[in-house]
Amino acid sequence: MTDPRFDVLVVGAGPAGLAAARRAAESGARVAVLDDNPTPGGQIWRARPEPARWLSGYQVILGARVIAAPAAGCLTVETLQADFEIGYRALILATGARERFLPFPGWTLPNVMGAGGLQALAKSGLPIAGKRIVVAGSGPLLLAVAGYLRGHGARVALIAEQTERAALLRFGASLAAHPGKLRQAVELRARLLGVPYLTGCWPVSAQGAERLESVTLRRGAKNWTEPCDYLACGFGLIPNTELAEMLGCRIGASGVAVDDDQRTSVPAIFSAGEATGIGGLDLALVEGEIAGYAAAGRTREASSRFALRQQHRRFATALEKAFALRDELRSLAAPETLVCRCEDVSYARIRACSGWREAKLHTRCGMGPCQGRVCGGAVEFLMGWRSESVRPPLYPARVESLARSGQDR
Amino acid sequence: MKLLVNGKPVEAPAGSMVSAAVALAGAWLYRRSVTGEPRGPLCGMGICFECRVTIGGKPHQRSCQIPCAEGMEVRTDE
Amino acid sequence: MSNGFDVAIAGGGIVGAACAAGCAAAGLKVVVVEPGPVGGGATAAGMGHLVVMDDSPAQIALTLLSRSLWIAMRPELPADVEYLPCGTIWVAADEEEMAEVRRKQGVYQTAGVRAEVLSAADLASAEPHLRAGLAGGLLVPDDAVVYPPCAARYFLAKSGATVVRQPAIELSGRGIKLRDGSFLAAGITVNATGAWAPALTPGIEVRKRKGHLLITDRYPGFVRAVLVELGYLKSAHSTTADSVAFNAQPRRTGQVLLGSSRQFGSEDRAIEPHMLRRMLQRAQEYMPEIGQLSAIRTWTGFRAATPDKLPLIGPCPSDPRLYLATGHEGLGITTSLGTGQLVADQIAGRTPPIPVDPYLPARAGAVPHPPQEAH
Repeated sequence: MTDPRFDVLVVGAGPAGLAAARRAAESGARVAVLDDNPTPGGQIWRARPEPARWLSGYQVILGARVIAAPAAGCLTVETLQADFEIGYRALILATGARERFLPFPGWTLPNVMGAGGLQALAKSGLPIAGKRIVVAGSGPLLLAVAGYLRGHGARVALIAEQTERAALLRFGASLAAHPGKLRQAVELRARLLGVPYLTGCWPVSAQGAERLESVTLRRGAKNWTEPCDYLACGFGLIPNTELAEMLGCRIGASGVAVDDDQRTSVPAIFSAGEATGIGGLDLALVEGEIAGYAAAGRTREASSRFALRQQHRRFATALEKAFALRDELRSLAAPETLVCRCEDVSYARIRACSGWREAKLHTRCGMGPCQGRVCGGAVEFLMGWRSESVRPPLYPARVESLARSGQDR
Repeated sequence: MKLLVNGKPVEAPAGSMVSAAVALAGAWLYRRSVTGEPRGPLCGMGICFECRVTIGGKPHQRSCQIPCAEGMEVRTDE
Repeated sequence: MSNGFDVAIAGGGIVGAACAAGCAAAGLKVVVVEPGPVGGGATAAGMGHLVVMDDSPAQIALTLLSRSLWIAMRPELPADVEYLPCGTIWVAADEEEMAEVRRKQGVYQTAGVRAEVLSAADLASAEPHLRAGLAGGLLVPDDAVVYPPCAARYFLAKSGATVVRQPAIELSGRGIKLRDGSFLAAGITVNATGAWAPALTPGIEVRKRKGHLLITDRYPGFVRAVLVELGYLKSAHSTTADSVAFNAQPRRTGQVLLGSSRQFGSEDRAIEPHMLRRMLQRAQEYMPEIGQLSAIRTWTGFRAATPDKLPLIGPCPSDPRLYLATGHEGLGITTSLGTGQLVADQIAGRTPPIPVDPYLPARAGAVPHPPQEAH
């Protein structure tokens, strides 16, 4: 495509993407934002009023996912009904993060969901009022989810946080340097009065005939079983780097590698927010602003926010340290526990392989429609393997969309 | 908004997703896995493909990403 | 033989694994050198179509021998090899192609291969998702489909061969030099490294021929037999030009595998959008509804192509202890078992079930001639 329709194209309408789009648009650039979801806001602002503050001066294309990058400066996008191409001069990848799921016996039962997953589903209309819910896993998301669920009539039985109390207290002390975060934490805890918040506690199995009936938890030497309707369970977040990988961007230890201006290793491609490393809302916003300014050529405005970004990055580092996953979680999966839910591949079969490619070829692990997005995080944690190449379609796509991808239309 | 889930009429609030309509119909099994295990939604954000149902005769549709529409016919696995 | 091996095989693809199994069955002690996953090269990329091809008498002989070996082995194959006895339908779009159907049936009949002419109505009821208006086809019911990487793993396990997880950096009739500098001595060395064979045995006429493939989500029954167009007759592509053909295959999983494309001169593994488009547009011409299926993955692979379209199986003229087992182009999955048998028979001094001369690397006049390759 020789005639870019947009000066700046942003992929992802979460906080980083919306902040990037707004700043690029304010700078006079012709901007569009794409998102797979039917409403803007990403995961954290799903069904909330905040996106309105940032929606101004640019086009928003919703329900649209990138499936291929058939030529430089061009992405193929698919919606439920159509497929089309979008050209750009600069691209900002604000593709966010997904939850990390760890396999344990029973985790595939219906009504065992992600923590953010259950919240997203509830925001989409899933009825939760009166349901007894155990929230488990790791990270500040658990508190936010529990608060939301309780606020919407659910009975939150308890929150099981795998990290130890001592690590949390150190983290709590570090919040003193971030008064906004401290206030949020205090408010959240207030909304959860009466809900046990058990540190050093994690799920070891879920039980049920055709669906979840109870979860067994471990804390110290003690194991006990809690009856529940839902288990909301996530072990932190994983950056969504697949689009960046398909475009050839370098991926670092924590996510898409970027420079001071949020530039990736590929010219004219920027990245901001959780895709570059898990850091939370405030970091995502400031990174988005920097990327938006930089992509529109306003590097002075971009650099004026470096100090703020640095402050939020320190918080992100403290967060990562506090909620590091404990080794015991590596032994939750039994040999017969399924790790790949698309192809039903057990942990034993994966463990018998020498690496990701062999596991893929000989067991089909990661070869189903989720393309390894769910099992990938688990396999990385359990086996230390990282998946390699990303090819089109970036998500499952209609054959006809690929049959047109990149042609002159 | 009225939908049919496995032939059963369901009233879903405007703006809700098909995943919610399935739950409102009292179903928790959205699909059977390749070895026949019951499965329901996991990620809620279109990534895991566990919430797939058949919509209007079209299989493999992610119910958590598709808004309910009047008269929609939804089928889960049995 | 300092390491005590009778045969050292470079390459753990399906051909190398079948050679290992064949040699082990002949009582030979075998080592296989493969740095990556077993069956991770063209074996993993290929469609796994077990098919009798009638391009030349030698091609029929080898594919038919191999297919009969697959059929004989079927009862012992593990479930993950996913043997699916679905048959092949050669699809004729018009009367000209129906003439080819009848010619092909004659050739198959002479060779003892069951083949049944399908009328337009027969074809439509056999494969309801093909477009209306096709002329008919030729059903070859004993053709089948397998999942090749697991077949390769099974052959290798069955052979009991020692597997060395290192790249081979030098081959000769005396053995294989490994990257760590060590040397695996053997009575016979076999180069079974597919399209990469010339890197270890310079001068052989094997070129990389790139192919694209796509696999869909599970739609059981959407495609029932392996469907291959006969339209290549009119496209009259040469061995040099890029080409595509409609080739749709059912998998035991219910997935649909879509091919095929052929390119010389492209060494890059990346998906090339223009080739993928051409290939998929061709598929849609034959099966319009295939456009609505959900594609979950695309990939590429490199076939090992020879000028006369026959594989190289047997000793090198320059070094009788150095064997080649490569050049299988798009038929390596089918002909792996036949290749393994011919290699083992030659090494063990047994009489092979078919004459080996057409496949010997020393054969005369490996000259290009017009292709027949919708596969």
